[in-house]
Amino acid sequence: MTKTLELRHISKTYGSGASEVHALTEVDLSVEGGELVAVMGPSGSGKSTLLTIAGSLEQPSSGQVLVDGVDLANVSRSEQARMRRRAIGYVFQDFNLLPGLTAFENVTLPLELDGAPAKVAKTSAKAALAELQVAQRASRYPDELSGGERQRVAIARAIVGKRKLLLADEPTGALDSVNGEAVMRLLRSATHRGVAGVVVTHEAHLASWADRVVFIRDGHVVDQTVAPPGPESLLAAGDGR
Amino acid sequence: MSVPHALLALLSESPKYGQRLQSEFEAKTGNVWPLNVGQVYTTLQRLERDGLVAADGDGERARKQYRISPAGRRELANWLRTPPALVPPPRDELVIKVLVALQVPGTDVHEILQAHRRHVVEVMQRYTKVKAAAAEDDVPLALVADAELFRLEAIVRWLDAADVRLKQAQRTATSPEAMPSPEIEPEATAATEVSQ
Repeated sequence: MTKTLELRHISKTYGSGASEVHALTEVDLSVEGGELVAVMGPSGSGKSTLLTIAGSLEQPSSGQVLVDGVDLANVSRSEQARMRRRAIGYVFQDFNLLPGLTAFENVTLPLELDGAPAKVAKTSAKAALAELQVAQRASRYPDELSGGERQRVAIARAIVGKRKLLLADEPTGALDSVNGEAVMRLLRSATHRGVAGVVVTHEAHLASWADRVVFIRDGHVVDQTVAPPGPESLLAAGDGR
Repeated sequence: MSVPHALLALLSESPKYGQRLQSEFEAKTGNVWPLNVGQVYTTLQRLERDGLVAADGDGERARKQYRISPAGRRELANWLRTPPALVPPPRDELVIKVLVALQVPGTDVHEILQAHRRHVVEVMQRYTKVKAAAAEDDVPLALVADAELFRLEAIVRWLDAADVRLKQAQRTATSPEAMPSPEIEPEATAATEVSQ
């Protein structure tokens, strides 16, 4: 089975000589469609760099990035840009919604930029907003929405159309833990419908929504969780409590 | 968990039979607390002896209906406001392990911290699965799972802080300014030996 995202021996170095900084060293990571992976690490560990490279917003110093089996180094810049628009969705900590556009216009924008017919863009945007339970807020501007609603709109924008890869950098931002959990539930259900998801976080309770947690330290992937056993054993009777 | 107080709470709604108390207890604690009916009756007996509940009806215990007394209501109100013991002696097993690891030559403490971090996050994933699988309106279960998740997250945060502290201690010990000094802190030396 083709992995939706495959990072092979990715290294990223900033600067040169004495001021050289190794942000990532020989990182391997694969994510399948339908799988949500959390990348956990302290500040400066390289986790955000990993995400921007996976999303082709930045080039690695060495190594390969394959999205849906396509090696990004082997395609033209315009083809890369096309993949960024069509195949990859991004969710940022501060939502990054455009303030002059309504929720609906924010969600149709990536499709319109990609040249989709207006009718198709509108239908897809409606479906995405409905999926994120913010359809009734479609005509509102970002500053008329609560933090939780803004993030739902941002996720709707990231999954609208036929995206294959969903990348989220600290997507729960400044939300309280219950609203943060709601965002993780949505990312989880979006990925379980077939998209591959990577979410970067430093909070363990958010990372625990992922199918797999990858730990990164000083630019190295140092560890990852193994598939947890079912929950049955955990809260069941007779565990001595 | 105080079973007597949980039973008082259930009786504060209305008088109830033992069997019903058992099923309600399990449902209202998110079905995470098994309680057999024998335990229910033993507890009710003690509560009755202490004047916190009264039984209506005679003979067989299954035929008795129990109700809370005014003293029982006062006891319940006091208990809800009494803080649980939050200050255990600082002898946490994980903390001890990490302190011991600092003393064992050739041990990579960061690797040990990570092994524990992974294990804790794996347990958290299981609790989150419970929450994800539950109905969204199952508030008792969400509260129980949240309590465990935040308790476990506190452990991860401690592991993260330990990582940073040990790295800082290592940097201080190996920085050029620190080198000429013959007086190196014993803790810093330990961190240097065991860190990568």
